[in-house]
Amino acid sequence: MSSGETQSVNDYQQRKWQHIRKLLERSGPFCHPDFEPSPEILDFIMSCCKVLIVGAGGLGCELLKDLALMGFRTIHIVDMDTIELSNLNRQFLFRKTDIGLSKSKCAVEFVNKRIPGCKAVAHHCAIQDLDEGFYRQFHIVVCGLDSIVARRWLNGMLMSLLQYNDDRSLDQSSVIPLVDGGTEGFKGNARLILPGMSACIECTLDLYPPQKTFPLCTIANTPRLPEHCVEYVKVIQWAKENPWGATTQLDGDDPQHVAWVLEKAQERAIKHGITNVTYRLTQGVLKNIIPAVASTNAAIAAACATEVFKLATSCCTNMNNYMVLNMADGVYSYTFNAERRPDCVACSNTTRVLELESNATLQTIYDKLCEDQAYLMKSPGITTVINGRNKTLYMASVKSIEERTRDNLKKKITELGLFNGAEILVADVTTPNTITIKLKFDENIDVDMTR
Amino acid sequence: MASPSPKSPEQNEKSKQYDRQLRLWGDHGQAALENGHICLINANALGTEIIKSIVLPGVGSVTIVDEKIVSEEDIDSNFFLEYSSKGSNRASEALRLLLELNPAVQGHAVQEPPDQILTENPEFFKSFSVVIASSLSEKTIQDLSQHLWDLNIPFILCRSVGFLGSLRIQLKEHAIIETHPDNEQVDLRLDVPFQSLADYLNRFDIDSLDLKDHGHIPWIVILYKAIQKWQITNPNSWPMSRKEKNEIRVIIQEFIRKDENGIPINEENFEEALRAVNTALLPTFLPVKIQELIYSSSATNLNKDSSPFWIMCSALRGFIEAEGKGKLPLLGVLPDMTASTEHYIKLQNIYRAQAAMDAEIVYRKVQQIVAQLHCESISETDVKLFCRHTHDLYLIKGSCIATEYQLGGPVAAYISRYLEEPDVMMVHYILLRAAEMFRSEHYRAPGDWEPEGDITKLKICVTKLLSDISCSPFPKDDHIHEMCRYGGAEIHSVSAFLGGCVAHEAIKIVTKQYKPVNNMFIYDGSSTNTATFTF
Ligand SMILES: [Zn+2]
Repeated sequence: MSSGETQSVNDYQQRKWQHIRKLLERSGPFCHPDFEPSPEILDFIMSCCKVLIVGAGGLGCELLKDLALMGFRTIHIVDMDTIELSNLNRQFLFRKTDIGLSKSKCAVEFVNKRIPGCKAVAHHCAIQDLDEGFYRQFHIVVCGLDSIVARRWLNGMLMSLLQYNDDRSLDQSSVIPLVDGGTEGFKGNARLILPGMSACIECTLDLYPPQKTFPLCTIANTPRLPEHCVEYVKVIQWAKENPWGATTQLDGDDPQHVAWVLEKAQERAIKHGITNVTYRLTQGVLKNIIPAVASTNAAIAAACATEVFKLATSCCTNMNNYMVLNMADGVYSYTFNAERRPDCVACSNTTRVLELESNATLQTIYDKLCEDQAYLMKSPGITTVINGRNKTLYMASVKSIEERTRDNLKKKITELGLFNGAEILVADVTTPNTITIKLKFDENIDVDMTR
Repeated sequence: MASPSPKSPEQNEKSKQYDRQLRLWGDHGQAALENGHICLINANALGTEIIKSIVLPGVGSVTIVDEKIVSEEDIDSNFFLEYSSKGSNRASEALRLLLELNPAVQGHAVQEPPDQILTENPEFFKSFSVVIASSLSEKTIQDLSQHLWDLNIPFILCRSVGFLGSLRIQLKEHAIIETHPDNEQVDLRLDVPFQSLADYLNRFDIDSLDLKDHGHIPWIVILYKAIQKWQITNPNSWPMSRKEKNEIRVIIQEFIRKDENGIPINEENFEEALRAVNTALLPTFLPVKIQELIYSSSATNLNKDSSPFWIMCSALRGFIEAEGKGKLPLLGVLPDMTASTEHYIKLQNIYRAQAAMDAEIVYRKVQQIVAQLHCESISETDVKLFCRHTHDLYLIKGSCIATEYQLGGPVAAYISRYLEEPDVMMVHYILLRAAEMFRSEHYRAPGDWEPEGDITKLKICVTKLLSDISCSPFPKDDHIHEMCRYGGAEIHSVSAFLGGCVAHEAIKIVTKQYKPVNNMFIYDGSSTNTATFTF
């Protein structure tokens, strides 16, 4: 293996990696069975191994530093966000003078400077802007996102890169391991996903707590909590009064908007005898803010970095496969084996079957796609192929198509040309792929499902 | 279109910068942190990772004690040293790069070895909120821990070797008022309603309400009415058993209105009442741990040096024995439930008013004690906060690390008990201690040059430790071998994990919120395992 590239940087500036060498050039009783100590492993990490970090926020900053100090050099990092003041309590690569600049670019610039020889590359864009060819180039992807939808999309992307041999067995060379971390306040989790081999994000959607929502009738008619008052102004009063004109959407980052909502929410609270509507609470509700602190992020990112290091070096066995960390009461961790869903939408390589009654409406399908634990989609677009031609049954994401197809929701699926065994194609923000689902009518179980 | 001008002032810059953490420990927690002064001994990778996560959230000041000169090996795994740092003092270089993270934090570098400070200027440590150290010799560990124990300054000793890490917290006594439990105690007093609550509950007549209002009664009222009805046939008793709880459920079912066809109408508040049968029928009681607190000698034998916590515990005892009639001050928190705004707010105000009255009584008792003792006054806000959390008060009484190192009877018995278990985390503790012993005998880490040659030498240290606690030697050398393989290497991601944990625990200690580790935490990055032991 060539280490030519590593020698091009001024030698006296180079870190000597004496600590890591001890682990990689010595064997030990607990090493992975495939591990053969050799200087070539460090060479591989430094010259060949390509790692992608998704997200340059609280976890991303830590991950970039951690991996760069574990010998990794070709590290790409993608994030579409710019730096805000409220990031600075944990995203330690950014300063006040960086506010408004690209997170990924600032992070990369800082780490490349601090660690000579590190060749981190920034991508200031959305993960959806990068294609299969981009993702395919990496050996390992590590993900520190706060959005579940983005995490699901990325998971779907890595699953779509899987290739299968003629005997339907998995082509191992198409597997790109995904290490995923997440935090919320004093709690966090780190997990390892081997696409097609171990549980993926979609297999374990039930591990994500559902977002807290308030029923509309409570907000409108029987408010009891300060949150209800804020939610009322956000959902009902803003649209009614349009304080900045009909075209201006409520923006939780605009202090004037927040102040307006706060004022109206306080008025409503006083009217109903409700107390404690504050600026902090208002902003928390408007932006669905997740508390975050440097220490938890540091620990979770480090746990992820350790797994990346194990994957790249085989120096010891990886975690199997999901660790939860709770730092609220002492420090407690628990690692368990999250299990694959045999019918997983993303990683099972089998056609999904949706069971329903033959007189069901398209709305029934739509609701199932949104509510069923196996799908939990956000706004699925549904198409089918009839007589060799694509037909859009419903799509909410494009306004004109939504208007044109809205009436379909009420129609019976049989009226729309669907039949027992028919296939629908579903697209959603939670996945880069179009998912094929076969319909199965409850009444006629005997009907041939192979057509 | 002109922008509507907001009346309410925007948050200040600091609130914005710290917003995400203020949601975890509040403005008063932040104020405590900003008054905190952390001392770090040795700016290795572990040390700088710890300080990083304490500087970012805005601790008041940090002092780094390190007399060493930055070596090439130091820079290897440390983000807060640069190549140009080589040859300079490690404390000042690390401090310089760490303070860049937050201009609000003050910093000091002390270029003296800790042993020298201990002998020449032992008062030095008095001003710190927490002292954190790693890479100390066995002797310094014992001297420093004993000194800090005597000064009553919290101390965290930590280690990062290969895939292993540990942190040991030494606290003489640490009282936590805000423990932030995941599930907060509910305190509804349905079994012993106070006057204003009883009056309110008795005013309801479920059967006479119209259907809309019927669906708006808080479940607390429904449950109370069901119990009253049940008590007609079960006088002077309280539903406790599964059978009795089922009888309550049947009564609630009977309350539910039926439509013209006799089908029960779906009323969310009655569903909630049915669910609450499981959780809300626990009789009001005084938790044992709170009894222990208020009758402990610290709370019964006050003097003018008694901490505000013990003075408040003493006042609490006074309340419980007199006005409280054996119960804690009312929590005064009503969980959200299906109800009309009017019913809910009314009920909430009843609970809040009673809680405020109870807290007021406790506050008066605190004032009396303070006057008698001639000690510093305690604010009403502090007493209210205390009363708001009396169900979850928590006290840690720690042990001195020097005592742990002497491996006396109880410590030895504790360790050997864990060594008999299949779990190997206590084995890691022995190995970390043995590596320290190796270092004081050979002036280098085991396996520093090459692993195999040191296995026998490290084994002697392990065997000595094991014989001190009357345990037989390990049957296999595998863990000893693994420690020699590490050769004292500091792996960045292991230090970063532990650094996050140590910073976190230091913040808990400084803010006096959340329960810290009690008192030894061990991390094995190779198996992704952690364990907590209490020495
Ligand atoms: Zn899956």
